[in-house]
Amino acid sequence: MSQAKGVMVFAEVAEGKLAAIATELLGCGRRLADDLGEELSAVLVGSQVGALAQEAIAFGADRAYVIEDPLLGDYQTDSYLMVMEKVARELIPQILLMGQTSIGRDLAPRLAFRLETVATLDCIELAIDPESRRLLQTKPVYGGNAQAIFTSQFDPQIATVRAKAMSPLERDSSRQGEVIRLEADLDPQAIRTRVLEKVSEEVEGVRLEAAEVVVSGGRGIGGPEGFKQLEELARLLKGAVGASRPPCDNGWVPDVLQVGLTGKVVTPELYIAVALSGSSQHMAGCSGCKNIVAINKDPEANIFREARFGVIGDWRKVLPAFTSKVKELLAE
Amino acid sequence: MNMIVCIKQVIDPEAPPASFKVDEASNRVVPPPGVSPVISPFDENAVEAALRLKDAYGGKITVLSLGTGLLREVVKKPLSMGADELILLEDEAFADGDSWSTAYALAMAIKKIGDYDLIFCGRQAADWDAGQVGSGIAEMLGLPSVTVARKVDVSDGKARVERVVADGYEVVEVSLPALITVSNELGEPRYPTIKGIMAAKKMEPIVWKPADIGVEPSQVGAAGRRARLLKLFQPVHEGKCEFIEGESPEEAGVNLALKLREAKLL
Repeated sequence: MSQAKGVMVFAEVAEGKLAAIATELLGCGRRLADDLGEELSAVLVGSQVGALAQEAIAFGADRAYVIEDPLLGDYQTDSYLMVMEKVARELIPQILLMGQTSIGRDLAPRLAFRLETVATLDCIELAIDPESRRLLQTKPVYGGNAQAIFTSQFDPQIATVRAKAMSPLERDSSRQGEVIRLEADLDPQAIRTRVLEKVSEEVEGVRLEAAEVVVSGGRGIGGPEGFKQLEELARLLKGAVGASRPPCDNGWVPDVLQVGLTGKVVTPELYIAVALSGSSQHMAGCSGCKNIVAINKDPEANIFREARFGVIGDWRKVLPAFTSKVKELLAE
Repeated sequence: MNMIVCIKQVIDPEAPPASFKVDEASNRVVPPPGVSPVISPFDENAVEAALRLKDAYGGKITVLSLGTGLLREVVKKPLSMGADELILLEDEAFADGDSWSTAYALAMAIKKIGDYDLIFCGRQAADWDAGQVGSGIAEMLGLPSVTVARKVDVSDGKARVERVVADGYEVVEVSLPALITVSNELGEPRYPTIKGIMAAKKMEPIVWKPADIGVEPSQVGAAGRRARLLKLFQPVHEGKCEFIEGESPEEAGVNLALKLREAKLL
């Protein structure tokens, strides 16, 4: 330890824009960099990402590094690893942040091991320890039943951050920063995987991650038919349907509807949990919502420990009456 | 085809959340009394992925586990499901490792096993949810990796892996040997058969100590960590749920709607 300096954010791009998680990481990274009195940089990797460098600056970066190469169009472990290893070795950041996304959870551990350290995945809180000036990394463990704070003496300190755990800064297009292009120097022979196909299973309607209202069902729904009732309520509230793991594992609903530790993280205004026990693993995906409403016949169900409002009863009886009253109230 | 599956014995994640206790003085979880440990669920999915390939193409499955106090009836489960061999890295020196020291010991054991086409791990373990050991083993062995798989097939010296991503999945082709981490989307692991259970009873695991895999005790377990656990704690639950009642479940449903309107949530 070392000459390592500065905070770096691996800024993901989605659909031609900075991904929401990238803006959240920049917001968090800015705070950490200010606490250390150091610079915040963003790294953009892809086939066409250069136009977004200025955007990363507007969201808080002092500097944006752009690495573009046609081979970087699809995320592949080997190619992104080569690029980020080079970036880390040349620029020697003290802290490197990524999103807890399909990319981050694959890339962060491999990059960490290549740089002879470990990462901390799925952090929900990051802070600089005032004494040691090292990064305090808080993450849920044991499926969310507990939280752990980790630190490391090795640089870079690599962490991935859970979606929606951090707040982005207000976008400020007047912010000034430097854009620097780096060569990818990829060796195509060293890429040992190939993406043959990408299959979207996204359901129609409001996107789960963006929905203001989410109606989720659990094991107690009992089958795919029951989810039709949840869909009806979700449509009425202009929301989206979610699920805990059992309905996904049983094939009642597509896997992309899974909310939880290994599924999606949602923060709607209103989360209606129907016949869902509220395991810690599931709550990891929705506990950021302040208004959880639970309908469950088991008064001991964990979901009632997290809910603001609850009804103890059979959802088959409670939900239709609830839905028709909602319809009536919305029509007024 | 030779396959290796890494499994971990953990506190049962299905145990009721109310029974979950942390001893904050020692930064440890207190195992809930009367609840038997289990194989981490994603690791069972990994075993299942290997078994499906064995069913289709034949081959040998070696199961590898690291830890202390490994209950034979727990870690033998993959044998009763159809795996062929069980190797345990069981020694006090392996205890309390992090992803780095655990991956290092497993990688060295896999080197010693030597002959393999595919290594499977669960995407993350149900205790620390670290999600790094699989990728770490691949890195230490210089292998390509594909993480969070929901389907794995092999042909012509390559594996075809469906990798779960946010909006669906990607089909990724990877050269062998490779390491693959498996997710629950793969589907339920099979139940052991009676025949399998009987066969597993007769099989004894091979136990390796640090010296057997050519490592110093200082490189593994707690001594080999690269991340330090400062604090383990339970988040506070406020438990402020307001219960909405009614003469009947239907009336409770109606009252809930009225309540949400009152709270300006509708």
